[in-house]
Amino acid sequence: MTLAAPRPFAARLRGVNPVWAVLLLLLLAILLLNPAFAEPQGFMNFLRRAAPLCLLAAGQVFVLTSGGFDLSQGAVVTFTVVGASMLLDNDEGATGWVILVLLAAGAGVGAVNGLVVSVLRVPSLIATLGTMIALGGVVMTWSGGAPRGYLTDGFRAFGRFMWRDVPVVGLLPAALLVLVAGGALLWWLLHATTYGRLLHAVGDNPEAARLAGVPVARVRVIAFVASALSAVVAGVLLGGFSGVSLDVGTGAELQAITAAVLGGTLLLGGRGLVGGAVGGALTLSALFTLLNLLGLPQPVREVAQGLILILAVAFAVRRRGT
Amino acid sequence: MKAIIAAMLAALAALPALAQNFDDPAEFAQQEAQLAATPMGPEGAPWEQYLEDSMVDTAAMAADGPGPYTVCFSNAGVNNPWRVVGWETMQAQVALQPEIGDFIAVDAEGSDDKQIADIADLVAGGECDILIVSPNTTAALTPAVEAACEALPVIVFDRGVNTTCPVTFIHPVGGYGFGIQGARFIAENVEPGGNVLMLRILPGVDVLETRYSAGRRILEEAGLTIVGAEFTDGDNAKTKSIVEDYIQRGQIDAVWMDAGATAVAAIEAFEDNGLDVPVFVGEDQQDFLQKWQQLGLTAIAPTYPTYQWRTPIIAAVRILQGEPVPGPEWVLPQPAITAGNLDQYVNPNMPPLHYAMCGCEGMPGYPQAWGGQ
Repeated sequence: MTLAAPRPFAARLRGVNPVWAVLLLLLLAILLLNPAFAEPQGFMNFLRRAAPLCLLAAGQVFVLTSGGFDLSQGAVVTFTVVGASMLLDNDEGATGWVILVLLAAGAGVGAVNGLVVSVLRVPSLIATLGTMIALGGVVMTWSGGAPRGYLTDGFRAFGRFMWRDVPVVGLLPAALLVLVAGGALLWWLLHATTYGRLLHAVGDNPEAARLAGVPVARVRVIAFVASALSAVVAGVLLGGFSGVSLDVGTGAELQAITAAVLGGTLLLGGRGLVGGAVGGALTLSALFTLLNLLGLPQPVREVAQGLILILAVAFAVRRRGT
Repeated sequence: MKAIIAAMLAALAALPALAQNFDDPAEFAQQEAQLAATPMGPEGAPWEQYLEDSMVDTAAMAADGPGPYTVCFSNAGVNNPWRVVGWETMQAQVALQPEIGDFIAVDAEGSDDKQIADIADLVAGGECDILIVSPNTTAALTPAVEAACEALPVIVFDRGVNTTCPVTFIHPVGGYGFGIQGARFIAENVEPGGNVLMLRILPGVDVLETRYSAGRRILEEAGLTIVGAEFTDGDNAKTKSIVEDYIQRGQIDAVWMDAGATAVAAIEAFEDNGLDVPVFVGEDQQDFLQKWQQLGLTAIAPTYPTYQWRTPIIAAVRILQGEPVPGPEWVLPQPAITAGNLDQYVNPNMPPLHYAMCGCEGMPGYPQAWGGQ
C-alpha cells in the first residue's frame, strides 16, 4: 500500500479561486484606510449590504452556465420591491403570503424567459432584455411612476434587522442568514446534483447534450427560474435594506454578471461556480466600498466596473486556454 | 447598463458645468432677499402669490370671447415622483377652471427631441389658444419656444429658457434659496467646528448645483467642517451605504441633502447603527416628514413646491381674459417646512414620495388622484 503524495503547497494554492485573493487584498486596503471596518459594525454592515448582490450573482451563474444571459434580474428586483409595497398595503400580517406571491411571480418570469429562449429560440440577450423592458412597463403602470406604499417592518427585517450581542461575531444581520441559506441551496443544486451536471453539459455543447438525451429545454428553463427566484430574494433583501424606490434594481443584472465572471464562471457557458460568484460579489462590493473611501465619484466607479468586467473575462478566457 | 450610460451622461454633463457658473453671488443675494420678502397676492394661496412687483399687460393677447379656451401643455416628462405629483396637481387645477374647454397635454418622456417636435405639432395644429411649456432642458428647447412665441402666447414654468419671449416664466425662488434654507438651519443648530455630511444626487444639474453651492457657502461661513460631499445617484441603498461608511469614520453632527427622496435611507443608517439621528435637512416628501415626526428630529424641509404646477393654468386663463399677470418672471414663494408647521403637512395616507407642498389638499379628486387613501 502506498500513500498518495501530498499535493505541493503551490499546486494547492493554484487550485484556490483567485477571486478570494483579490477580495482579501481589497479588504486589507479598506482596513488600512478605515480601521473601524474590523469592528462587527463595520464588516457586518458590509455583509448586509453585499448579500443581495451575492444572491443575484449566484442565481445568474445558472443562466451563464447554460450559455445565456439573464438581463431581467434587475427588473425582477424592482418588480419585487414595488410589488411588495403595493401588496402589503401596510398590513404586517401579509408579509408571508406576499413573499410567496412574489416568489411565484418570479418563477413565472423565469419560466417565460426559459421557454422563450428554448422553445421560441430567441437568443437569451434579446429575450431577457424584452422581459426587462416589459417588467419595467408593468412597474410604471402599477405604481403610476412613484412608489405608492411602504414596506412593513416585518418584511423589511430580512434585509435590515441585525441581532445584537451575538457571541463571537457580535452582530448578526438577518440578511447574512438568508444569504447562507440561499447560497447553500444554489451551490447544492449546481455542484451536487444530477441537474447541475446536465446544466454544465447543456452549456458546454447543447447539441451533444441533446443527442445524449438531456432534456435541454427543461434544464434551461430551470436555470432561468433559479436566476429569477434569486432576484426575488435579492429584491426582498434590498427593499428591506433601504426601502421602496422605483430604480432599486437598475443595473443590478450587470453587477451580477460582473460578479459571476469575476468568480470564474465562463460567459459562454459550460462552467459555473456558485461559491466563486459569491466571492465575486463580495469583491465588487468591497471595491465599491474602497472607491467610496477613496472619495472617487460614481462615474469613476462605473468606469472601474466596466474595465473590471473586460479584464475578468480576458483573464477567465486565458485560464480556460491553459 | 442604463446606469453606465446615465453615469457617462452625468460625466459629460459635468464638463460644461465647469464652464457654467453655479456659484453666482448676485443670484445668491437676489434669492436670499426673495426668501425674506413678503409675498404679494392672496394669503393662503401661495400658488397665486408673487415676490417681484412687476406685471405684464396682456390686453393684446386676450382671446376673442369669454371661452371656453383650449389650453395646450408640452410637458418635459412625468419621469420622477416630483413631476408625478405636479402633473396630478395641474390636472386638478384644470378641473377647477370652467373657462378651459379643452386641455391638450403632450408628454415628451424626458426627450428634448420629442419635446421640440411636440411643440411644433401643437403650434401647427392651430387648436391652441395658449401654450404652456415645462422645458426638458434649457438650451435645447429655447428655439422651439421662440418659434411658438411667434404664433401664440406662451407660458414657461419650472426650468427656464434662454429667451424673454414667453409672457411669463413661472418658478419658485430657486436652487440658491433651497440651499440657503437648509444650511442656515444647520448653522443655527450645530456649534461651529461641527461635522456636516453633504449628500447630492448628481453633478451638473443646474438646480442641484446651485442648491449645493449656496449650502456649502453658508456652512463654510458658519465655521462648520464639511466632512464629505457625496453623490448618491438618488439611490436608497447607495445613500444608506455611504452614510454607514461615514458613520464608521467619525462623528456626524448634521446631514445636508440637495433633495429628500433618499432622506429616510440616510436616517436609517444612523438608526441601524444605534446612533441618534443628527440635525437633518430633507425635503417635503411624506416619508421624510413622517420619520421626522416619529423620531422628533431636529430637522427642516426646504421645498421646491409642487404647487407651482397650479400657477400656469391660472396664468393661462388670466392671459386669455386680458388680465395682467406677474412677469416677465412670476417668482413664487418657496416655503420650508419647520418643526412649527410640520403637523399640518404630515399625512400617513399619502404615498411615501408625495411632495407635501402641493397646495392640493382641497382640490377635486384629493387624495385618491395623488395615490392617497
